[in-house]
Parts: sequence; structure tokens; C-alpha cells
Amino acid sequence: MEARRGWRAVPKVRQVGFFTPNEPPPPARTQSGPPDSNSPPLSNSPAGNSLSPVMIPPPRHLSDNLAHRATSPLPVPETSAFRRPIPGGDRVAVVGSYNPTDSMLGASPPLTSPSSRIGDGEFSEESSPGWFRRSNSAKFASSFPGGGFDLTSIKSSETLEVEVKKPVEVPEKSGVAGAELQTESQSSSKPLKAKTTKAERRALQESQRAAKAAAKGEATGKPAISSEGAATSKPVKQQPSRKKDALPAATSVAASDRKGVDRPPEKERKKEVPPPRMQFDDKNRVEKAKKRAVVNQTEARNRVELFRHLPQYERGSQLPDLESKFFLLDPMHPAVYKVGLQYLAGDISGGNARCIAMLQAFQEVIKDYSTPPEKSLTRDLTAKVGSYVSFLIECRPLSMSMGNAIRFLKNRIAKLPLSLSESEAKESLCSDINRFINEKIVLADKVIVRHAASKVRDGDVLLTYGSSCVVEMILLYAHELGKQFRVVIVDSRPKLEGQALLRRLVAKGLNCTYTHINAVSYIMHEVTRVFLGASSVLSNGTVYSRVGTACVAMVAHAFRVPVLICCEAYKFHERVQLDSICSNELGDPDAIAKASGRMDVNYVDNLANKENLQLLNLMYDATPLEYISMIVTDYGMIPPTSVPVIVREYRREHLWI
Amino acid sequence: MDFQVVVLAGGTTKKLVPLVSKEVPKALLPVANRPVLSYVLEQLELSNLKDLIVVVEGQDAALLVGAWISGAYVDRLHVEVAAVPEDVGTAGALRAIAHHLTAKDILVVTGDLVSDVPPGAVAAAHRRHDAVVTTMLCSAPVGGPAESGSSAGKDKIKKPRRYNIIGLDPAKQFLLHIATGAEVEKDIRIQKSILRAVGQMEIRTDLMDAHMYAFKRSVLQKILEEKDNFQSLKQDVLPYLVRSQLRSEMLLNGVSQAEEKGNVKVGSQDNHVVVSQILANASTQSFHELYASGHNGSASVRRIHKCCAYIASNNKYCARLNSIQAFSDINRDVIGEANHLSGYSFSTCNNIIHPSAQLGSKTTVGPHCMLGEGSQMGDKCSVKRSVIGRHCRIGSNVKVVNSVIMNHVTIGDGCSIQGSVICSNVHLQERVGLKDCQVGAGFVVTAGCEYKGESLARKEK
Repeated sequence: MEARRGWRAVPKVRQVGFFTPNEPPPPARTQSGPPDSNSPPLSNSPAGNSLSPVMIPPPRHLSDNLAHRATSPLPVPETSAFRRPIPGGDRVAVVGSYNPTDSMLGASPPLTSPSSRIGDGEFSEESSPGWFRRSNSAKFASSFPGGGFDLTSIKSSETLEVEVKKPVEVPEKSGVAGAELQTESQSSSKPLKAKTTKAERRALQESQRAAKAAAKGEATGKPAISSEGAATSKPVKQQPSRKKDALPAATSVAASDRKGVDRPPEKERKKEVPPPRMQFDDKNRVEKAKKRAVVNQTEARNRVELFRHLPQYERGSQLPDLESKFFLLDPMHPAVYKVGLQYLAGDISGGNARCIAMLQAFQEVIKDYSTPPEKSLTRDLTAKVGSYVSFLIECRPLSMSMGNAIRFLKNRIAKLPLSLSESEAKESLCSDINRFINEKIVLADKVIVRHAASKVRDGDVLLTYGSSCVVEMILLYAHELGKQFRVVIVDSRPKLEGQALLRRLVAKGLNCTYTHINAVSYIMHEVTRVFLGASSVLSNGTVYSRVGTACVAMVAHAFRVPVLICCEAYKFHERVQLDSICSNELGDPDAIAKASGRMDVNYVDNLANKENLQLLNLMYDATPLEYISMIVTDYGMIPPTSVPVIVREYRREHLWI
Repeated sequence: MDFQVVVLAGGTTKKLVPLVSKEVPKALLPVANRPVLSYVLEQLELSNLKDLIVVVEGQDAALLVGAWISGAYVDRLHVEVAAVPEDVGTAGALRAIAHHLTAKDILVVTGDLVSDVPPGAVAAAHRRHDAVVTTMLCSAPVGGPAESGSSAGKDKIKKPRRYNIIGLDPAKQFLLHIATGAEVEKDIRIQKSILRAVGQMEIRTDLMDAHMYAFKRSVLQKILEEKDNFQSLKQDVLPYLVRSQLRSEMLLNGVSQAEEKGNVKVGSQDNHVVVSQILANASTQSFHELYASGHNGSASVRRIHKCCAYIASNNKYCARLNSIQAFSDINRDVIGEANHLSGYSFSTCNNIIHPSAQLGSKTTVGPHCMLGEGSQMGDKCSVKRSVIGRHCRIGSNVKVVNSVIMNHVTIGDGCSIQGSVICSNVHLQERVGLKDCQVGAGFVVTAGCEYKGESLARKEK
């Protein structure tokens, strides 16, 4: 998880670079450049961490508060004056004013800190919260500067609240000359920040509360006027706010970086392509999510204890409901809508197919896209894709491979050179998507097929489970090569996907045996190889795949039959998962309760709502790496322990594409 | 969503004489004192479909409908009213406006549909299966009204109820067979190829074609162009498409695949094959695809297209105003069990009496009744399950049961009206007894007459 966050942080930082143009100070950027552009939040993080536990002295907060309260009416005009020059781009003045206050820190820090903020929405954000938090009174002050700042911020980006904050910070610094001023500016900054997201606001509120409480405790705190006082005061305030943003202003660079570190996770979580699963046993969250939801989601009532955190909805009502809203979902692109419907109805299943269908839908979207006036393609399209993705998630949780694909797409969008015209940009995105499909899926499959087919020898008995498209290609290819082998297809209810595979293989003239998973231990002794597909491969070597795969792999292991997992590298994920409980998907409970076409065995038909009956239809399971002999990917055949390497390499390639 | 909506509002159908006349085309027949067309338009508006084409048969009718629409929906809907010659049939009407159609799919709704089934559902089913045509089926109304002697039993009025014979696949998603109208009387002929491909067919007669279709535009235009003898969507176009779904002459597959390939044009053709293969293998296939790929020996892929059905659930109201019987049924339902459709709020007594209506002493208005604005009723009247329009004057001692009385009707004392429809400006003199009658606009019934099951109208001059 950590690694992933850190990694994510990187692209974000870069993104930020795009909007910055609004910000006047180039020098600042250069300074900040190294830290944020490379976004080694990690590298800086240690420092940040050391600072972070800043439980230092809440009391100072109090002092600040007091001071600023007392002074607040006066400084207002001043601060506003300061601010104005800043947005204007008169950097020097600001710096000068700032330096004295932060003299302890040294000249460089002040510069860097503003710059860093500018560069990174996130950084700025963090720093800012501390400020506003101090002053409740600042609101009036905010009115003046607020307007001007807002304008700039709006231009730069609607999406990132962070930007709003940046301007705020700058004024603050200017204000720092006098501690009072500073406090005031902080207060003023606060209103600006008010535009932040809910979570941030809440954090802010909490921090303020804490600060107040502290203030009461330590009413003695003086308006620390000296620069030192100001510097220290900042950290203090931050401490309370710590959750959100721990930023000791004292070491501006470190602090800013640290903020970057702390912040990104939170923000990223929002943006993250497959957002971390919501915990569905958290009622508040579920309620909120429901309000947003496009698809009508009625929670199923009887859920298995262990899996309450996973979404489980009443099936049956969703599809008609979504259908009836066909024309009401105005912003939804028809292609996306169609794919969503197909996910929901189960018309498309299988990792590759779902991913391809989604990408093709996005291609349609991009083709039909035109940038609304006053918006930039990069931003707007990213937001749009994000909204489509959340729609698709409502229809069915995304697989990790789709998450990777989305991440790729967003990355491509974010990295579009600004110089491209709209049509060129669209063109390039479409071809990027095509390239992804062709290289990561189609070509990868071909390579995998070549590799794996070399493992098929005459006289082999190959066992496969369910229906994996790569495994199917391998079998067909090996058959084309003229190898003599037999296939055992193991299947399971309720999907019986193996039957479709069986049908196709038999049609091509392969010798097949078909059995259900109940009999896997009986059939295993005659098997010489097991080929399995995967939904994704995690960096601890765990294979996340259709439920039942683990069982087959374990039986094979017990019989000392080699287990080969065939999986394209785009399905690799840096996540680590130890069991199939914490992250999984629940299918329709009715599917296992009912035996289709057999009225005589539908014993549980009317029991669906019985309190003491809970149905569990798990969709995936996790196979530990001990049971896997080899993973066949487009990078070759690797032991499961080498997955992290592929993940790392693949990611790099990802970035360079 | 790339849908275009065409409302076929019809003209002055013979079936509804004497209710319809030159002044009141079918689309403007009042249902609970609102033109029937408004029910469709509002349902569409609810679905955020605001650009509509309303096709009316006959210039005069078009003018009337256009005037009403522009008055009622002036800033809510963007409606284009198109007039087509009379008696061209539904297919003919579409043919006439075919050049206006540009969107990918066309939603065709009949103007006499009173329903709360969201049109989006049909459209979504259509898109989901990428069908050529999707039709909405609803359960056919059960016989005549159970109670109230208005069986409307006269052959003159009531034609033999037509049932559709509809064949569905086991999942109830695809339309395999449809016989409508006169064909119903004949033997059922089902194509072997379809039956063989599906394996199982469910034949139902309890479903009614609600005349809400989603068509793929390219196909619709092509059919209309090529088969110029097709008159009716329901009786010609739809059965044709259903019949030919496994040997499509529409070149649909070819076209659509070519389009798709055009879109995805990058890399080698080979890759596309693989991609489409992956998609095809992973998606649940309808019998169409299985059939098309089943005989993979033959080089050419069979051309197929899909005809889908959307079956409205039973708790939705869905009826067509296509007969006099239906007219009274719908009126009764809209103020009765399906009153959410009417858009009025009902009083605690379950009826609607406009505040400006005046009731004499000892006059009772029962539940499921509606009294329009400015109507006056004398003493000792009783109204049950009836709709009374605007500005009617009703004398004393009048009984109105199960009837529809339109606007500006004058009813003398002592009349008894049961199960009848009385159009605008009719004058009933004293002590008239009407049972199961229809009285055309402007007719004057002389005092003391008793009619049963007749249709009264002025002679057309």
C-alpha cells in the first residue's frame, strides 16, 4: 500500500506542474522543482515524519489565536495590501517581508516554501490549513484578498482546491513581517481554504477546535511577535491539525515535502483509479455513497459476517432501474452507458474483455469529446473519465487490470503536451488506447501463448479451470502446432463458464474431459500440467482469480503437478493481499441458491429473506504463491516471487510510454 | 444518448368515430380532461426527451395538434409537428419524415399510449443488445370492464379484440415470432431455423404491443426505402424484421463491423480479429451469435440481426387508446387505479372536483370521479366513476355512471347516462336515457329518448 501511494504521488505532482503557469514566480518553481517534480515524497518524507509527530505545544496555538484576535481588526487592510502585490507577481517584496520573520530558517526556506506550494497543490494545501486554522476571526479579512485569489485560482484549476490555497499562503508570508499581520493573514487565508473538500474542512474544524481548547488551557500565550515566535507558532497549529496536514513551517522545505507526502495519500485516494474499496459496513459512508450513486443500490439484507465490508446489493432491481434512467443520465456517454449496462447485466465478463470494452467505450468518449469553453482538455477530460469510471464501478466493481488501464489513460491525458490542438490530442489519446489494447493485451497474449506452448509436450494432460481467454489461446495454439495432448476442463457452478470454453475447444477438435470442481482431486492424478488464468497478480506473488482457482492450484500442488498461471503483465498490481476476504467481489446470491432449469431442487427458493440464512457467492479468491510453479507473462516465464520486479519495470515503462 | 423521438399521433381514425371529428383529432381526445397526447409527451419529458417530432395525419389535424402543443408546451418541449397525408399508415408516416431522422436510433411512440413505463427502459434494452428493433410489450387488458353494465357489447362499436401472438426466447429478451392483426386468425407458422437456433420458444397471447419501438435508424430507413408496400410498423415492418433475423438482408453486421473497424483502425487487422474474438468469447452470447458462428465451416459469416422485446412489468400501467372501449377504460383507469398518471391530486374522497364547479344540494360525486372547472350540477344528481369536462351544465336528478362527458355539454333534468361517451357541445334534453352509447360532438338528443348501445352523431354535411 505504501509503495503504491508513493508511486501515485509522482504523477500527481507532475500534473500540478501544468496549472502552475498562472503563478507568477518562476524562481520559486525552480527551487521547488527538484523536490516536487521528482516527487520523491518518500525521500523527503523522513524529515517530514520526524517533524510530523509535532505534538509539540498546542499552547502556542492559543497564543496565536489570542494575538490574532486582538489584532485582527487592524491588520486586515494591511494584509490585503500585501496580498495584492503578490498575485501581481511582485515576488521580491514578498520575500523580503517574509525573510525577516523566518530568519531562523534562512533565506532559502521562505522562497522554497512558497514555491513548493505553488508547484504542488498538495503542499500548499497542507501548509495553508495550519494557517487558517489558527484564526477563526479571519473571515472578514478574507473577503478582500479572497476575491482576487479566487480568480486566479479558478483559472488555474477548478478541480484542485489546493490551488486556491496557494495564493493564500503567499499573502500569509508577506504578512509574516509582523506576527500579528501574519496571524491575520492566516485568518484571511482560512476563508479561502473554505473551498476545500469536505474532508479537509472537517479536519480544519477539528483542528480549530483543538486549538481553541488548547488556547483555553494556555491562555497565557503571548502574541509572539518575533519571527521565531511566528515560525514556531506555525508548527504548533499544525500539530493540532496534524491529521490533515502536519506541517511545521520551520523547516519549510521539509515541511512542504512532508505535506506532500502526507497529503497525497488522502487526495490520491480520491483520485486513485480503482478507489480503495469502500468498507461497506461503515454505515455513514454507505449512505453517502448511495446518494451519489447513479445505479439504485439496495443493500442486501443477509450478508455473511466476514464479508460485510464488501458491497452486496439486491440484484434484480438494479438493471430495470438503470434502464429506466436511460435518458436521464445526461452527461453519460452512450458508449459508456452501454458498457455499464453490460457489466451490470453480466453480458460481459472476463478481465480482458471487460477492459477492452471499457477502453473502447472511452475511445468513443474521446472521439465525441469537445472541450467546453474556458476549460482545458486535460482537466476536463480527466474529470469526465473519472465520472464515467465511477459509474462503471457502480455497475460492477472494477478489476485491478481495469484500474491499471484507467491509470494509464489518465496518465496519458495528464501528459498531453499543451501545445497539441484538441483534435490532435484526441487523436493521440485514441491511438494510445489502441496501443494499450494491442500491446498490453493482444500482443501480450501472443507472447504468452508462445511461451506457454513450449511447455506443452506430447502426451500431456492439461487441466484448466473456468474459462480464461489466454489459456484457451494456448490450448488452441498448441493444438495447431500438432502437439498431442488432452485437456481437462474443470468447471464450477454457478457460472459454468467452462462450458463455453469446452464448446469452442471441442469444435476445434481437441480432446477434452469436462468435470466439475468437486471431482478435481480424482482427476488430478492423471494431469501433467495445470494452466490457469488470473484476474490479477499481486506483488507478493498472490494470484487473484476466479473463485476455485486456489482450490485447483492447491490440489495440483498436493499432487505435485506444476501450476502455470497465465497472465498479462498489465494485470499485475503492486497491492499485497494475504487473503481473499479483505478485497473481493460478491456475486448474486440467487445464482447459488437456485439451480437453473431444475425446479425440483430449488429448496431454498423462498428462504431468501430468512434471518438465519446467509448466502455467499464469492467471485474471486487468492492463491498463495507456494502453490504456483510459474507465472507466464509477456515478459517471460517467471517465478511468482519475481512479480515485484515486473511490477516495477512495467510501471516504469508505463510512465515512458 | 443519440436517440430521436417520433410520436405518431395519428389523425382522425375511423375506429373512434364518433368521438373523433374534424375538430377533435384522436390525439386531442380528452383523457381525464387532458388530451391523450399529453400523456405521451409528459412521459417523454420526464425522461428528459425534449426534442420531439410529432407526426399527424392530415393537415387540419396537424394544425390543431400543433396549436395545442405550442400552447401547452411552449417553453418546455421543442416539438416539430409534421403533417403527412391520411391513410399512409405508420410506416408511411415514418417514410414521409425519414429525411428528418439523423440520430443513431429512433424511438417511435404512438400518440395514444397512456403509460408510465419509462421510455428509457426500452432504449436501454435496445442499446444493451445492440438490437435492430426493440419493442415494448405489456400485458393486454383483460376483457371488458368487470362491473358496470358497460360491456359495450355491440358489434358495431366493439371489434373483436385482437391479440398478438408473440414468441419469445426463454430469457424473454428476444422476439422470435410475432403475428398481429389478421394473421392471428390463421395458423401459426414458425420458422424452423429460428426454432432450431433457439431451441425453445415461449408463445404468448397475453401480451400487447404497446407501440413503442426503438429502431436502428439505418435499418429503418433502409426498410422503408426498399419495401415501399409496407404500411404499418406493427403489421409489416416488425414481423418482417422478426422473420428475417437469422438471414438478415440488412447487411447490418457487415455495416456495423465495418464501422467498428473503421473506428479502431490501428495496427493490423489481425489484432482486431483477436480483440473481437476475446470480446465475443467473454460475453454471453445470444442464440443469434451462436447461430452465426455455429456453422463455422462456411466462410461467410451469417448475417443476423436482433429483435428485442422489453416486457413492461405488471405493476406499470400501459394502455392504448385505440378503440371506444379503450377510451372509456382509460378514462376510468386514469382517475381510478392509475391515477398517478393524471397529474392531479385527488381529494380525500378520491375524486377531483374543480373548485369552480358548482354542485346542487343532495348531489353526490363518488370516488374515482372528476368534475372539470366551471361545471354546474343541479340537485340530487349522482356521479359515479365518471369524468365530466369543463363548463358542463347538468340539470337535476341526473345520474352519470361510468361515463365520459366532455366539455360544454348540456344535460337536462332527469337524464340517466350509463357507460356512455358524450362529446363536446352535446345537448341532452330532459329525461334522456343513454346506455353504452356514444354521442358525437354537437348532437342534440331529444327529450325522453332512450338509447342503448348506439352511436349517435350528426350527419356530416
